[in-house]
Amino acid sequence: MHEDFDISIEGLSKIEGHASLDVKVRKGKVKDVKLKIIESKRFFTQAIRGKQFESVPQLVSRICGTCSIAHLTCCTEAIEKALGIKPSEQTTLLRKLMTYGMMIRDHAMHLYLFCLPDIFGKDSVLDFDERQHELIHHAFEVKKAGNDLSKLIGGRAIHPPYAQVGQFLHLPDKNETKQVINDLKKVRSHVFELVRIFYDCQFSFRKRTRFVALSTPDFSFLEGVIKTSQGLTIPEEKYWDHLHRVIIPYSQATGYEFEGKDFMVGALARMNLNREKLHRETKNDLGKYLRIFPSENIYHNNLAQAIETMHCIDHSIEILESSDFKKEPPFKIKIKEGKGAGAIEAPRGTLYYAMHLDNQGKILYGNLVIPTAQNQIKMENDIRSLVSQNLDKNKQFIQHEIEKLIRAYDPCMTCATHFLKVNWI
Amino acid sequence: MKLKVGLFSFTSDEGCSMIFLELMNNHFFDWEKIIDFKYFKLLKSKNELKDLDVAFVEGAISTFKEEKKLKEVRKKSKRLVAIGSCAVDGSPSNQRNFFSDDKKEEIELVLDEFGHRDKVSALNEIVKVDDNVSGCPMDENKFLEVLNKYLKEFKVV
Repeated sequence: MHEDFDISIEGLSKIEGHASLDVKVRKGKVKDVKLKIIESKRFFTQAIRGKQFESVPQLVSRICGTCSIAHLTCCTEAIEKALGIKPSEQTTLLRKLMTYGMMIRDHAMHLYLFCLPDIFGKDSVLDFDERQHELIHHAFEVKKAGNDLSKLIGGRAIHPPYAQVGQFLHLPDKNETKQVINDLKKVRSHVFELVRIFYDCQFSFRKRTRFVALSTPDFSFLEGVIKTSQGLTIPEEKYWDHLHRVIIPYSQATGYEFEGKDFMVGALARMNLNREKLHRETKNDLGKYLRIFPSENIYHNNLAQAIETMHCIDHSIEILESSDFKKEPPFKIKIKEGKGAGAIEAPRGTLYYAMHLDNQGKILYGNLVIPTAQNQIKMENDIRSLVSQNLDKNKQFIQHEIEKLIRAYDPCMTCATHFLKVNWI
Repeated sequence: MKLKVGLFSFTSDEGCSMIFLELMNNHFFDWEKIIDFKYFKLLKSKNELKDLDVAFVEGAISTFKEEKKLKEVRKKSKRLVAIGSCAVDGSPSNQRNFFSDDKKEEIELVLDEFGHRDKVSALNEIVKVDDNVSGCPMDENKFLEVLNKYLKEFKVV
């Protein structure tokens, strides 16, 4: 048993963005845990004020490289609600496909490149030996299939130019569509294997957890109602009323509580609350793995991500094979003053945007709530418990366990720092 | 012999790192033979900032800490390449430079608290930059062109 020690990790690796961690143990008790998000601020909340609404989704897309499609899509939804417009059924389908492409690419990056090294006891995918090379092939093929799907629909996988308020500027090319369908079918078995790996993984950290997620009728991440593991159902535009913003003085991001308590958003929350809405093919093939849910093992967040990847593949194939996308008349937008709010599920959890437009179509005020910010308080509390449970182990072991647990949450620090409020101090 | 490479990320959305990971979809197994990733936090935890041939740097410089780190990267690298619009000309991460006075006032406390510089700078305002790959996110083909140029210059291929 160590009486006094400190753990300080400057610049956590294999996560999106920059964060560091300080842990202080005194007299055999965890005295302090500080998860510091050290991304420099880019002040998007301020930057969007006064901008014309058409340009804003493409601007907030730059909040995050890996989930730019989530920011763009959620902001677009809030603006459309503020203007009182509803996109066509075809536009909604295209948005789902573009989102699926992002999920496949982003989950594959996190699972193969960030998490698998922990499972194989390696520092990095760059250190994988011959036996694991097959999985690197899988990693890049799955990632590419997702990348190409988003490209097909949005024109680019990161900051996609075709996606606009009300419509898409371009329709998917028929030949490229065939190629994308083939690639998705080809990588499906890789994802099956990925599901098995994370199912067999013995990592465990269990704690009573309050889960919150947008529950969508076809598990498409875009439209539905917010549900919680406590049985609450909340319309998405009312989500903000249940959140409580918590200032964390040492972190560049703000944390959130849900009705005064810590909580978790993300793939595990979605799987716990909405798994019966997964695509039928996914449910057919993954029944055994789905029975593990509901689960309070944080590491099952990774298993949930792998299962979601399979769902995204199955539903995308179905939509692409059954749709005949046609050119629609240009969407006419009547500018008026209004407020709109919407939530979607980003790869890392519930993303909320509220937009207030003036009668010229300029943004008067915008508010956004990011998944990692919602998980931040719980992540810290979990690290505290983890350290307390392992005080008899050596420091290196504890440090590695902390890093693994943080990675299981799949935090995105780039996102977490850009919704700063004015009355910060 | 392999090209000793580092990837560094400053104030940005890391979109260029994402593009780099997407380029790996097609190039990983070639690069594995000819590139030694000495510093790449997105993929590994044991990173070494020492004797790099080429540093690829994404993001603009917003804090004093970043400025110090960039200078260190420059010192330890034979060549330094700015990747993506933020690194090349500061934008869009430099949007606070153009804020109106009332917005500047709003963010002032935060800037002071976390050691931000008065303005956000592109890399070449602080250190010598040998090559630029522009675009938001960076242009993939231009990146490959620059990488290949250095593979030849350092006689790796």
